[in-house]
Amino acid sequence: MIEVRNVHKSFGDLHVLKDFSATFEPGRVNLIIGQSGSGKSVLTKCIVGLMEIDQGEILFDGNDFSKMNRHERKEIRKEIGMLFQGSALFDSLTVEENIMFPLTMFTRMSKKEMLDRANFCLERVNLEGRNKLYPAECSGGMQKRIAIARAIAMNPKYLFCDEPNSGLDPSTSIVIDNLIKEITYEYNMTTIVITHDMNSVIEIGDSIVFIYEGQSWWYGDKKEIIQTDNPEINDFVYASQFMKNLKNKLKTEGI
Amino acid sequence: MSYINSIGKYFGMLRYVFSRPERLKVYHTRTFNEIEIIGLNSIGIVAILSVFIGAVISMQTAANMTSPLLPKYTIGYITRSSTILEFSPTIISLILAGKVGSNIASEIGTMKVTEQIDALEIMGVNSLSFLILPKTIAAMFFFPFLIIFSMGLSLVGGYVAVTATGLSSHEEYVFGIRSFFLVSDITYALFKTVCFAFIIVTVSSFFGYYTKGGALDVGKSSTQAVVWSSICILLMNFILTQLILL
Repeated sequence: MIEVRNVHKSFGDLHVLKDFSATFEPGRVNLIIGQSGSGKSVLTKCIVGLMEIDQGEILFDGNDFSKMNRHERKEIRKEIGMLFQGSALFDSLTVEENIMFPLTMFTRMSKKEMLDRANFCLERVNLEGRNKLYPAECSGGMQKRIAIARAIAMNPKYLFCDEPNSGLDPSTSIVIDNLIKEITYEYNMTTIVITHDMNSVIEIGDSIVFIYEGQSWWYGDKKEIIQTDNPEINDFVYASQFMKNLKNKLKTEGI
Repeated sequence: MSYINSIGKYFGMLRYVFSRPERLKVYHTRTFNEIEIIGLNSIGIVAILSVFIGAVISMQTAANMTSPLLPKYTIGYITRSSTILEFSPTIISLILAGKVGSNIASEIGTMKVTEQIDALEIMGVNSLSFLILPKTIAAMFFFPFLIIFSMGLSLVGGYVAVTATGLSSHEEYVFGIRSFFLVSDITYALFKTVCFAFIIVTVSSFFGYYTKGGALDVGKSSTQAVVWSSICILLMNFILTQLILL
């Protein structure tokens, strides 16, 4: 479980996170949603320690990550898998080498064991046989799946996904969403997904935090977000005229 | 003020670069790969430059020897001294700052803006050490060989130029390059080279690692890396000459 308590983060005069608090449960897909510039990515970078918080606590299973030294953080980070917005695969390594990379760095596995694990992860994301390709030779959707395979190679307890569907077509997005959902349930991971894709919200949002002006504005799940009367949420979810008409229609028909 | 901040940040970076590696075996492999990328791939340009530098120095020396009192072997002697003391270690290092430095800064800068460095950090890898240490060791180990190679080729270039144009004979040139030879000159040149190698890699890596933004900023970092590596090399050359030779 990851708990974020009263976190503040500023860049000069710009106060991005203002007393943000949230709890992210294991075995569930926890979504952080919000408009562009609302502080979602900053929050994630603060949770994983890529940015230092100004104030507050970030607890990984009760251990305060923000107060840990570099060595202690390293131990926690070995249990973190992260899927970046742009996949962040290593260009100079093949698909297989990318997946084996964390295993090479942090385990005493033999070459064969690492290869077996890489093949298992590739199979898990339906990319078996693509071992020798380079990231540049893969499509955007494939790169995301390879990044997921790399993220789960070490069997992490925590999985972070920063806008996993950005730049993908709707059908590939659903494949990625379902994959994230399946591996979360399968390995009982604490998964945090940052998104502003409403399809993802409806598809996989077991638990949703809406971040607005740097604060945790609203909590709920995929059913509650459709029914809520919170104006900021409604402005976000039903942003287009089509969605507004759809909501009115559903309301008038009592659905 | 920003210069002082950058200098502080540079030395702060070095502290992490030289911290204990996570996996020695991986670092060994990376170091050998870097020897190929940084060192072996530079042999061609070093060879071409060295031959022409040697040829031009010898011909310039010959052209400026107007006094009949100066013996002909002076051409070989001056070619050797200039090449060993300055041209090979300093000029070739400046060229390498352009070739290798821009390569390092753009490689690391691209990794930074495409979040590959964040990915390393998230995994628990000390990205500074992982990326920069193998390059530093590779350059400090291999550049002296490149410079020895350059010295040899410069002398050959000088020989070909003066003998082919009839400015000096084979015997006079060879006698010249063997005259008043001091082993300490080679030691001094190689020591300088090791210092320059360190500067090229760490300064270029510094600009690459702290790149912010996108492709345009990677280009800017690359340019800054070459400019500042060159300035630092010239400054270090001045300091070392003052300390060691005078």
